[in-house]
Amino acid sequence: MTSDRSKLGFYLLLAPLLLWLVLLIILPHIGLFFVSISEKVGVREYETGLGNYAVFFNEPLYWRTFARTAIMSISTTALTLILGFPIAYYIAKMTRGRTKTTLFLMCLIPFWVSELVRTFGWMILLRETGIVSNALQYLGLTAGPVEFLYNDAAIMVGLVYTSILFMIVPLVTTLDSLDDSMIEAGYDLGGTGVSILREIIIPHAIPGIVSGCIVVFMLSLGNYLTPILLGGKDSLWFTGLIYTQFITRFNWELGSAFGFLLLALSSGIVFVGLKLSRQTLSETMGR
Amino acid sequence: MIPTVPQSGVLKWSYRAYVTLFFVYLALPLSVVCAFAFNDSVFPSLPWEGFTLDWFFGDEAPFIGVFHERSILRSIGTSAFVAVWVAGMAVSVGTCNAFLFVRHSFRGQGVLYILMLLPLIIPGVILGISILVFSSSVANTLEDATGLWFDGLRPGLILVILGQFSFITTFATLVISARLQKFDQSLEEAALNLGATKWGAVRQVTLPFLLPAILGAGVVSVLMSFENFNTTLMLVGSDSPLTITMFDKLKHGSTPVLNAVSLLLIVCSAILGLMSLLFQGRGSKG
Amino acid sequence: MPATPDLQCIELTKDFSDFRAVDQVSFDVPPGSFFSILGPSGCGKTTLLRMIAGFQFPTSGDLKIKGKSMIGVGPNKRPVSMVFQHLALFPMMNIGENVGFGLRQRGVNKTEIKQRVERVLDRVGLPGITERQVSQLSGGQKQRVAIARCMVLEPDVLLLDEPLGALDLKLREHMKIELKSLQSAFNTTFVYITHDQSEALVMSDKIAVMNKGRFDQIGTARELYYDPNSAFVAGFVGDANRFEGKITAVNGDAVTMVTDNGSHLKACTITERVTKGQHVQIFIRPEAIQLTLEAVADADEYTIESVLFNGANSLAILRDPATGDLLNVTLPQTGAFLGLGKGDRVYARWEPEQARCYPGEGR
Repeated sequence: MTSDRSKLGFYLLLAPLLLWLVLLIILPHIGLFFVSISEKVGVREYETGLGNYAVFFNEPLYWRTFARTAIMSISTTALTLILGFPIAYYIAKMTRGRTKTTLFLMCLIPFWVSELVRTFGWMILLRETGIVSNALQYLGLTAGPVEFLYNDAAIMVGLVYTSILFMIVPLVTTLDSLDDSMIEAGYDLGGTGVSILREIIIPHAIPGIVSGCIVVFMLSLGNYLTPILLGGKDSLWFTGLIYTQFITRFNWELGSAFGFLLLALSSGIVFVGLKLSRQTLSETMGR
Repeated sequence: MIPTVPQSGVLKWSYRAYVTLFFVYLALPLSVVCAFAFNDSVFPSLPWEGFTLDWFFGDEAPFIGVFHERSILRSIGTSAFVAVWVAGMAVSVGTCNAFLFVRHSFRGQGVLYILMLLPLIIPGVILGISILVFSSSVANTLEDATGLWFDGLRPGLILVILGQFSFITTFATLVISARLQKFDQSLEEAALNLGATKWGAVRQVTLPFLLPAILGAGVVSVLMSFENFNTTLMLVGSDSPLTITMFDKLKHGSTPVLNAVSLLLIVCSAILGLMSLLFQGRGSKG
Repeated sequence: MPATPDLQCIELTKDFSDFRAVDQVSFDVPPGSFFSILGPSGCGKTTLLRMIAGFQFPTSGDLKIKGKSMIGVGPNKRPVSMVFQHLALFPMMNIGENVGFGLRQRGVNKTEIKQRVERVLDRVGLPGITERQVSQLSGGQKQRVAIARCMVLEPDVLLLDEPLGALDLKLREHMKIELKSLQSAFNTTFVYITHDQSEALVMSDKIAVMNKGRFDQIGTARELYYDPNSAFVAGFVGDANRFEGKITAVNGDAVTMVTDNGSHLKACTITERVTKGQHVQIFIRPEAIQLTLEAVADADEYTIESVLFNGANSLAILRDPATGDLLNVTLPQTGAFLGLGKGDRVYARWEPEQARCYPGEGR
């Protein structure tokens, strides 16, 4: 009797999870895949085939944009790691108590605000009539207004800004768990700052580095706002191509193929990252 | 380097300078957005034309403030509507999921857990188009079969809500599970031992313990829903939430009314964010 | 002329913002000796050790190793190594890499590192474990690896920060003996801090008892035990019965004291003269008290409150029927005393020289 009732309870708990995962995650992605392998041959007539993928590989604009998006996302990830690590280390190891909480909060606040607002801020700063340009003129470093928007550097600045928190949080968590006596022992045994960083601190921080890199890479790869607004109309970001195919051209078959390629790339990089660092998804994400 | 190990002054100071510079980098974009909300000029850029509150309260063109700009007010309403639905659904399903994963062990649990985490690593744009493609083909099939219209499955608020719900639920589940894991199950057993029913014990002992996490997850869900762009962009119909409206205005060049909206957003998100931390902070003590 | 001490502290002082952790501490540690600093938690011994290691900087005073001042020398440049409280073995490295860490920092070539690591692991009795992970070792093995990791660098002084604290009792007893024999095998100066008096008494050549930032007494285990020079040392090192009261009679070194409950006790003063009416404490070791079943001259009558059987360390708690004062006495596990139980009447006496009187209020 009780076991029947607890079984009922179990299924009642299982139902929403299954509905959510099946209806909103699994079936839509299967559907996406099927649309991506169907080619339009007439009005509401389709054939199964890899034609959409062939279009992608035969059109240099498409695969170059794809490669460019991937490479810039990887560079963003690397840059975010390099810029964020010292900050995370400072918060985790150089400060205590109230200072630590305050610094951490100061990192968090910008990220509660919409990405749109953050990007808007960079547009005000970087555009031809913007603050940076005016400041440079005021200082006499440039003669006339300078346009800092609509180039790859602007995109990188925006992407790093948008995602750096997702690097800092996991890094602070792992660095916090490194006992100070490990670092002291390193010094005691004659280590220098550099050798201790290389042999003790970084190996310890690997789980945090991996989860930070995965999230940052994902966010950059799937970003649409920042490249479009800071890079301009011709910023050539892959999500922009997907949007064009879906919304402007209404070519859902090609758009689905693009979507699937992006998904494959991101899952592939996540998989490789996890394998290289011998982590699992549950450990890395389910913090 | 740690504070107990001596370092050269130069190194220490350059490290501090870097940290300071970083926080300037963090604060700069938001500060300029806020500052230009008060510029008495129709462009959110230099030169500074003097202080004004017109971008909040003005009602004469071109100085139409936030509180008189119809499209923005309407989209704030839309965003709030979406956010309430998403938060409510995400928190309810998240709570069920937390009980399922923490309290039960069953076959396929590992697989389901990984599936539950997947929305974290699927780019938002893809989540959006997959739901768009799927719901449209369901709608097509149903319409062909029945001859009726299924507008709910076409781009619009219902799809926006479902799209946001599909990944925000993961966050809600993680936050609530973390708290449930800390729950000492003997408390519930004590309640049963004192004569409570199973559901009574959960309602009177476990749920109050979870409340901080549930409220915290709710606030985080509202924040995430309000600022979501990628998934929403693909699913939006004629009623656009705030981020989409702002994006359209931004693309076509804008007046500082956008700065004024942004300032309000910054203030509200900071308050909501601090609230969620407060909930969770109180939770960890309780 | 004795050799230069391996470690020399001269009026070493450390102030924190609100209190003085180490207060003008001076001592020498001769080469090859085992020196312990014994004190309760919070007495400043960890701060002192960390100053020697270089993780904290003295406010004033000097610190010399082999005659060279270490002020302003970083922890990675000092010829001292430290075994940390929780050992701080690097979990990201295997045993060989852990032990070889210091040699790698010095730029020693790979083959030599390998040889030296194997040799030192051999000496601590753990041959052939270089490939193992830290998590695969037992508590005692980790101790030895931590010591090997320091000893491979041939430091002038090895610092040990309560490394036995985390071990269970049996292993701790065993490691005490092992640490002592490792020290004599390596013939390196050990500076060991602990709050456990038996660790200090068993292993050390010399012990400093530290209290509230100062050294109360430096001496051999025997000196501290039989000749404590302060009430704190008498109470902290070894077990003792402690009584507080007022002096009623003074006769040279010999004094008589009356407790608040009215017991009259004889004792002798050691360090300072006392006067009639002064507040004092006296300490009597349980084993200094002679127990008899029959009344003898100047023995007092007691009843047995309880017997705490612990083999050779068994104790009897006696109550003075007149005043209610309690007295712990070592219970000889022989003949007549075996059958004693609660409520039995016994007689106890001690030589006044064995009861040590110190002026001042209690703790």
